[in-house]
Amino acid sequence: MHPESHALLATTAWWLGWFYAAVAALNAGAAVWAARRHAWLRAAAWSAWGAGLAAAAWFSLAGHPPQLPEPFKQACDDLLGPVTFTAGALGLLAVGYVLRRWLVVPAVAWLLLNVSLVWLGLSLSDAHFAAIVARPDNVPIVAMVYLLGFFTWAGTYQAVENDRRLARGQGPVEADYRDEVLVWPDVIYLELIGAILATVVLIVWSLLLRAPLEQPANPAVTPNPAKAPWYFLGLQELLVYFPPWLAGVILPALMILGLMAIPYLDFNPRGNGYYTIAQRRFAYLTFQFGFLGLWVLLILIGTFLRGPNWSFFGFYEAHDAQKMADMTNVSLAELFWVTALGRELPQVTASHGMLVELGQIAWREAPGLAALGLYYVALPWLLARTLLQGLAAKLGRTRYGVLTLLLLTMLALPLKMILVWTVHLSYVVNIPEYFFYF
Amino acid sequence: MPQQDQGVCACARTAGAAAPAPVDARRRGILKIVLGSSLGVGLALLGAIGGLWSAALARFMMPNVTTEPNRRFRVGFARDYPLGRVETKFKDRFGVWIVHQTYRGQAQIYALRTVCTHLGCITIWQESEQKFKCPCHGSGFHRDGTNFEGPAPRPLERYAIRIADDGQLEVDRSRVFQRELGQWDDPASFVRG
Repeated sequence: MHPESHALLATTAWWLGWFYAAVAALNAGAAVWAARRHAWLRAAAWSAWGAGLAAAAWFSLAGHPPQLPEPFKQACDDLLGPVTFTAGALGLLAVGYVLRRWLVVPAVAWLLLNVSLVWLGLSLSDAHFAAIVARPDNVPIVAMVYLLGFFTWAGTYQAVENDRRLARGQGPVEADYRDEVLVWPDVIYLELIGAILATVVLIVWSLLLRAPLEQPANPAVTPNPAKAPWYFLGLQELLVYFPPWLAGVILPALMILGLMAIPYLDFNPRGNGYYTIAQRRFAYLTFQFGFLGLWVLLILIGTFLRGPNWSFFGFYEAHDAQKMADMTNVSLAELFWVTALGRELPQVTASHGMLVELGQIAWREAPGLAALGLYYVALPWLLARTLLQGLAAKLGRTRYGVLTLLLLTMLALPLKMILVWTVHLSYVVNIPEYFFYF
Repeated sequence: MPQQDQGVCACARTAGAAAPAPVDARRRGILKIVLGSSLGVGLALLGAIGGLWSAALARFMMPNVTTEPNRRFRVGFARDYPLGRVETKFKDRFGVWIVHQTYRGQAQIYALRTVCTHLGCITIWQESEQKFKCPCHGSGFHRDGTNFEGPAPRPLERYAIRIADDGQLEVDRSRVFQRELGQWDDPASFVRG
C-alpha cells in the first residue's frame, strides 16, 4: 500500500469509527424495539450484529478499520463494466419487483440496509473508493441514494399492503383515513419540527464538508474530467452515446412532453389517492424503469464510475488519466457495408448536384434508415397485432402511436448504450455532409 | 306643489343635460390633451432613453482595449517542426495545435483548433497515447484530427496557415477548414512540410 493511502486511512479511520458506532446504535435500537414486541430471536440477532459493529467502531477509532480483502476488490473491478453495471442494476430492479412482497417485510429491509451500510463502511477504508464517494460534491448523492431507497421501499410497502387488502375485497388503507386533520397543532408542529431538522442538517453539513472551490476559470483549460452538476450528470452521460441535438435538445424535451402527456395516455381511474401496484402494473413498471432504471442509474454512473477522459472506472480502481480505453468507433453503415458485406463504403460526390448527393447518402445510410424504420414504425405495428393488441384497441391509433414512440425512445437509451459498449457503434445514421447524426 | 317640483326638476334636468355638456367635453378634451401629451412626452422620453441605452450597449460591445490575441499570429519557422511533432505551446493563448504529419501521403504542417467537435470542450493532447482526448464525454481524435472514439461526430477543425513574408508560419484564426466538407484539400489549410 502507498504511504499516502496510509495517511488518508488515518483521517478516514476516525470518521469510520463514528459511522460504525452510529450503525451499531441503530441496531441496538432495533433490538430494543424487537424485544418490546417479544420478538426475542430478532432482538438477539440485532444485538449480536450491533455488538460486532461496536467492535468495528472500536478498531476504527484505534486506527485499524476493518478492510475488504484485496482479491475481492480486484474481482469487483474486473467484473464491473458499463454493461454489467447497467444490466445488473436493471436486473436487480426486476428482481425487486418480483420479490416485492418479501422485500417489504421490515426485518428483510433492515437486513438489506445493514448490508449496504457495512459495505459502504468497509469500502470507505479503500483510498480510491473514499476519494470518489467521500468527496464533498458526492456526499449528498450518497445521501440521495439512501433517501431514494427509503422512499421506494416505503411506497412499495404501502402498495403491497393495499394490494393484499384489495385482493381480499377490502378498500385500501387510505380509505380508512379520517378526512380532517387539525392545522393547529398537528400540521404546524410537524412543519416546525421539519424546519428545525432541515436547518440543523444544513448547518452540520456546511460545517463538516468544505465547499469544493476550484481555481479561477480559464477558457483554454477544461478540467479533466469535466463533470456537470450532479442532477445533469445523467444528461451528460447520455451525450456520450447520442449526438448533441438529440441528447441535449430532443431527448430532454421528449422527457418533459412525455410526462405532460401522461394524463392523456393513462386514463386508468384505479389507483387514485392510494398506493397500488397490482392495479397499475404497466404505469408502475414504466415509471420505475424510466426514473430509477434510466435517470438515477445514469446519474450514478456519471457521478461514481466516470473518471478522467470520461473513462469507466470500477469502485476500487485508481482514477488514472492514462487508462487505455480502446474503442474505435464504427457507424452502422460501415458495419453493414464494410464488415458484413466486405465491400467499400458507397462513395458520395458533391459534384453532380444536390439531388444525386442526397440519393448517394440515402443509399450509403440505407441500413441505418431501415433500422430506424423497423424500430419506430414496423415494431409498433407488429406489437399492436400481437403483444399489445388489447392496449392498442383501448387507446386508439393516436394515443397508441404517442405511447409507443415514448416507450421505444426510452428503451432505445439502454439499447444504444449497450451497442456503443459492445460493438463500438458511433451512430445509426451518420451524415457528416449535412451535420445530421442519429 | 309636487307637480311644480317635478316641473322644476324636469326643467333643471333638461337644462343640465343640454348646457354643461360642452363644458364637460371641453374639460375632458383639455384633460385628453394634457394626458395625451404627457403620455406622448413620456413615450418620447422612454424612446430616447432606450435609444441612448442601445447606443451605449452597442458601444460597449466594441471595447477600446481587448486582451484577445490577434486573429493572425506567427508560430516560428517550418524547420522548427519535425515530422510527427504536435506542438502544444500555443494552446493556452491561441487555442491551436501546430502539427506536422503525413496526411494522404503528403507531409503537411497544419493548425488544429483545440475545440472538441462534439460540444465544444477543450481537448487534451495525450503524448503517451498519441491522441487528443476530450475530458467532457471521452471523444478521442488521432493526430491528424480524425475522430475515432467517443461521440464526436466529425474531425477537429483546421485554421488557415501560410508562410508569411518573413518565412515564418502564420496562422489565421478567422478561417476554418472542415474535412467532412472537403475543405482540407484547400491549400490554405496546410503548408507543405
